[in-house]
Amino acid sequence: MAAVQGGMGDADIKTDIKTEPSADGFGNNNANDGRVLSASPGSSSSTGSNKQTAAVTPEDQQTLLAVLQFLKKNKLSESVEILRREAGLPENSLDPKANESAGAGSGGAAGIVDLEGGDASSLLSRVTGSSSAGAQAPTKAAVAEDQPDVSVVLSAYSQQGDPTLYKVYYRDLKKFIETVLDCHRAELSQVFYPLFVHMYLELVYNNHESEAKAFFEKFSGDQECYYEEDLRILSGLTKKEHMRGNETLLDFRTSKFVLRISRDSYQLLKRHLQERQNNQIWNIIQEHLYIDIFDGMPRSKSQIDAMSGSLAGEAKREANKTKVYYGLLKEPEIELPLDDEDEEAENEEGKPKKKKPKKDSVGSKSKKQDPNAPSQNRIPLPELKDSDKLDKIMYMKEATKRIRLGPDNLPSVCFYTFLNAYQGLTAVDLTDDSSLIAGGFADSTVRVWSVTPKKLRKVKSAADLNLIDKESDDVLERIMDEKTASESKIMYGHSGPVYGISFSPDRNYLLSSSEDGTVRLWSLLTFTCLVAYKGHNYPVWDTQFSPYGYYFVSGGHDRVARLWATDHYQPLRIFSGHLADITCTRFHPNSNYVATGSSDRTIRLWDVLSGNCVRIFTGHKGPIHSLAFSPNGKFLASGATDGRVLLWDIGHGLMVGELKGHTDTIYSLRFSRDGEILASGSMDNTVRLWDAMKAFDDLETDDFTAATGHIHLQDNSQELLLGTYTTKSTPVIHLHFTRRNLLLAAGAFNP
Amino acid sequence: MTERRFAEVSRESVRLMAEGAGVELGDDVAALLAEDVCYRLREATQSSSQFMRHAKRRKLTVEDFNRALRWSNVEAICGYGAQDALPFRSVKEGELFFVEDRDVNLVELALATNIPKGCAETMVRVNVSYLDGKGNLEPQGTVPTAVQSLSDDLLKYYQQITRAILGEDPHLMKVALLDLQSNSKIAALLPYFVYVISGVKSVSHDLEQLNRLMHMVKSLVQNPYLYLGSYVRSLVSSVMYCILEPLAASINPLNDHWTLRDYAALLLSHIFWTHGDLVSGLYHQILLSLQKVLSDPVRPLCSHYGAVVGLHALGWKAVERVLFPHLPAYWANLQAVLDDYSVSNAQVKADGHKVYGAILVAVERLLKMKALSLSQSAEGQSGAHPGSVVGAVSYRVNSPGLSPPPEPLSEAALGIASHLQVGGAGCHWEEWTPVPLPAMYCELYSFFGDSLAVRFSTGTGFGTHSPCTPSQLGDSRKEPPGPASNLDTTRKMPQLTANLNISPRQDGSPRTDPPPPSLSGPGSRSRSSSSCSRQRSAGLSREVFPKARFTSPQTTPPAFSFLIGGRQMGQRCQGRRPFQTMFATTPPVSAIPPRTYAHKLPVIGRVGKPVRRWTCSHYSLHLPL
Repeated sequence: MAAVQGGMGDADIKTDIKTEPSADGFGNNNANDGRVLSASPGSSSSTGSNKQTAAVTPEDQQTLLAVLQFLKKNKLSESVEILRREAGLPENSLDPKANESAGAGSGGAAGIVDLEGGDASSLLSRVTGSSSAGAQAPTKAAVAEDQPDVSVVLSAYSQQGDPTLYKVYYRDLKKFIETVLDCHRAELSQVFYPLFVHMYLELVYNNHESEAKAFFEKFSGDQECYYEEDLRILSGLTKKEHMRGNETLLDFRTSKFVLRISRDSYQLLKRHLQERQNNQIWNIIQEHLYIDIFDGMPRSKSQIDAMSGSLAGEAKREANKTKVYYGLLKEPEIELPLDDEDEEAENEEGKPKKKKPKKDSVGSKSKKQDPNAPSQNRIPLPELKDSDKLDKIMYMKEATKRIRLGPDNLPSVCFYTFLNAYQGLTAVDLTDDSSLIAGGFADSTVRVWSVTPKKLRKVKSAADLNLIDKESDDVLERIMDEKTASESKIMYGHSGPVYGISFSPDRNYLLSSSEDGTVRLWSLLTFTCLVAYKGHNYPVWDTQFSPYGYYFVSGGHDRVARLWATDHYQPLRIFSGHLADITCTRFHPNSNYVATGSSDRTIRLWDVLSGNCVRIFTGHKGPIHSLAFSPNGKFLASGATDGRVLLWDIGHGLMVGELKGHTDTIYSLRFSRDGEILASGSMDNTVRLWDAMKAFDDLETDDFTAATGHIHLQDNSQELLLGTYTTKSTPVIHLHFTRRNLLLAAGAFNP
Repeated sequence: MTERRFAEVSRESVRLMAEGAGVELGDDVAALLAEDVCYRLREATQSSSQFMRHAKRRKLTVEDFNRALRWSNVEAICGYGAQDALPFRSVKEGELFFVEDRDVNLVELALATNIPKGCAETMVRVNVSYLDGKGNLEPQGTVPTAVQSLSDDLLKYYQQITRAILGEDPHLMKVALLDLQSNSKIAALLPYFVYVISGVKSVSHDLEQLNRLMHMVKSLVQNPYLYLGSYVRSLVSSVMYCILEPLAASINPLNDHWTLRDYAALLLSHIFWTHGDLVSGLYHQILLSLQKVLSDPVRPLCSHYGAVVGLHALGWKAVERVLFPHLPAYWANLQAVLDDYSVSNAQVKADGHKVYGAILVAVERLLKMKALSLSQSAEGQSGAHPGSVVGAVSYRVNSPGLSPPPEPLSEAALGIASHLQVGGAGCHWEEWTPVPLPAMYCELYSFFGDSLAVRFSTGTGFGTHSPCTPSQLGDSRKEPPGPASNLDTTRKMPQLTANLNISPRQDGSPRTDPPPPSLSGPGSRSRSSSSCSRQRSAGLSREVFPKARFTSPQTTPPAFSFLIGGRQMGQRCQGRRPFQTMFATTPPVSAIPPRTYAHKLPVIGRVGKPVRRWTCSHYSLHLPL
């Protein structure tokens, strides 16, 4: 919690603290509040999410008020009435205070469509995440139009000082920060970048074009190199007209840049600004920056650098305080009897085995409830089918033959090379049992190959199905049409490159997400498309099935991630909060959480139950393109275009490691089945193996670190790097550990 | 202001374009438009890069840009989707640049007869990569032939190497061979080298080239970074060509094609022992083709010679299986050649002597190794060295159902293994039954006479060891013909009696018993064949005996377990060396002490589990006996 202190900035900081949560939860509220995970899969009808409907929190109320205010302004009195009735708000609730937060709340919903409608110049302008908030039918239409006017957003810049003085102000501050004690300098230097950007934008907004250019040229060189990309975009922006519809600008404006500064440093800064009567800068700090003040030692430069780099500064410490149930769910116990049978069968084959006691111990281990695990039915999960049970048994059997990996026992890599993929391979996935491989291509096709001798077969036509004996034992075999057996199948349906692809755990379905804005569900029995999920109206960059099937998540250019159930054509949850495209999505192994990586260089962890963002991880210096949960659910690894892999402790919400070595975007990350080794595959044509055990063991998890979130990262990448496999001009875009811990990699040969 | 960070569209360009569209623009309007156009272009470029990143490419394509335009409600630009670079031309007068846009004659295109082939089908192929000790920084695996294109460096390397090896300079050749043997990056070139080597057939007149090609094979085989895979078959057939074919070069008696055959045979065995596991059934195929040559009387003697050395190189079991049963039939032909003293036959007779010498060397080792293996199995069973190398080897000796394993030391197992494959492998093997050692000796003695016996009396190590084995044969197997033939042998080979005292355990063996009446076919046959030669051997043994006594103290029984490995490895060299240079009757001297080979025994540890299990069951079967 930011400490409140005396002095001139107090009041503002207070309001910050107060309004921030509402702004943070903004997008979710319209979509998620008052909704349950409406679909309970299978027959399990007990949803653990009833309490959601109750208890409208104060923040929610504020948001509602904001919406009401907006509706009233636009003379949608009928909608106002309905919403008020539903939310149970008093007639006179629309007071000016609500109005105030409306600006923040709706502005945060990350949408800017001109009220005049359809401004062609707003390149890639996006709809808000609320467009499919289906449950609130009466208000839906109104909410969908809830677009903030860009002028409202930008109006904050209208207050202006003398444009010629900006340079002086900035230089003055720079001089001051350069002269403070070393320990404070690093912390205060964080102010430079947001300040620079906002001052520049103010100049541009107020039509001081030449001053803006001069300002930019003078000081852009001082900024940290990892902001280079943003600065380049900024430098192209020289006219007030251009600010309309510029995403980067809006991201910057709508979200407060978060800085973490120690109390001492902060006071130093404040005193200086007060002394100099430097109101211009002070205003910007108050308006556009969120300063998270902590007690204790100022952080060092390396500590700050490790955490900064995101589009909107660091995560607030508050954002990562929520309890996360990262433990694994208890495995169902159906295995044992079936497994015994199976073992007997093996005994008949004359292979004496003494595995029973071991099996039992495995069973008893899984019986123990992990204290960090969510309750079993926190999220309703589909019931296991017989085929799933069989698969589980297969899995157990394979697991007993698993090789224990370690620094001295590295896996071999089996590389699946896509040849003649001239159309462009954009996504790859392998089934958990490594029997099928699917590729998404830039020519809109989805292709599935069998990598075992077992050919792919379609189900017979309906007419032929009528003829078969439904009572026979091998009916599942009989329904397959032998004539259609082939090594690969092509599926047509998308109208744009397929960027994400994911097999269902039971291998009956395949998901693909495409540039055409749809996610499609394909049947691997008929090799046809079953459903096209429309919701993202912009390219969908990634999609993934839940480890338990039924649910899946997708994320795309519209900056929201959506949680779907296969039997619902509308999303169950909308996770909104990222400031730029969601580039990758991953389910937590216990299916209760979803992690999303974004072009805003942050990773967010979302609670599937509540739809809230429970973790924000900052530290990457480029768009994040790969995520991987450790098998025990405790850790998350992320890879970005900056070629670095970062490791995160989910429970504590801390960065716990940095793996440097790759020279290009990391497109794939995967932990070995037992979590000892992390494999990373990159555009630089290598697969690297990292000692995950050591990386996580060496953690300093003392209370101080946990409390402050200040980490000391040792640069031990070289020690942790266990090996590098180089391919032949084949970027590695997918990695997979087989159940026995052989590493599979895939990519397209790129001559 | 002066620095231009971006490419900019000048206001003149805008005005020109406006004029082209028939609009007159003011200066200020043009300037504003130009600036806006620049900004929009930059924006579109930025968002198009996102499509590139998600397509996992490094190259921004026109398509990416078009997507960005489409998503911002701007019409896409058509006509620039080609993969090839577009030629960009400039006009000299005036600074004008344009993309060349040629007319395409659609009629011609439509009526063209050469229908363009579609792209090859997209497919998935697998290759395996592994880490060596230091971390593997080199690209691995062979690029599949579907997309194979040699880099310039590889091509250059290939040309240099082949030129050096097949060229004149012997020093250059040596360097090239050495590099071929140790270079880790030439996997992609393997098919090309194999192809070059398969050219043996076209240079059969040039002994030198053949030699060089064989050296090339050796280097490839020895390169630890190469996975030969199915190319082994091609290499083997090239090597076999050098061993077996009459070769144009051999017409001239001055050409020493014998050495080439010897070398090739050695190479064959090397390939087989190190890479034999890559191709199933290779052993049988080799054996069959050798047998075919041997049993073909029309073939010239040099081919026969090749077959014999080939068998010899493949190990004593191969000799026992193929050469030994054929010997009686073959002997008659050879005898006829050797007995013809006519001048016109001189050359053929010389060749015949070569064959004779080769057979002699082969059978000599056959006898020694057989004796040795029997003694090993006996020791292994008696539990003298339970965990030792001997144990492991003898287990394998006893294990049936074992397909030819790749280990060099498993030689012994192969004979039995192939015996098991009799049913499937072909009728050639069916009549074969192992002949007990003494019977074998007798039969061979009937062919070679003293020249065989002489070789046994003077061997450094074996003179002492081999004699004691027949008794162990009797110990371990107790086959009825065993004792009978044992007695025969002991009488013929006085060394036996001298050495029997080494181990008192063997004194109780049935060998001391009077020979019981022989019961089985092989026994009686061997006895009859040996009885005729008994008289001669008796005379010989007296001369030989003292020599054997001198050598006997050199052996050290405790080192026995190591000796086996060393012997077998050393034996191959030992057998070959005198053999290669000349076929003198001087006894083979083991130039290298067996112990130096003792450390080269990594193969022992590689006994697979199934083998062990088999041996156990097999072993138990033998226990009651």
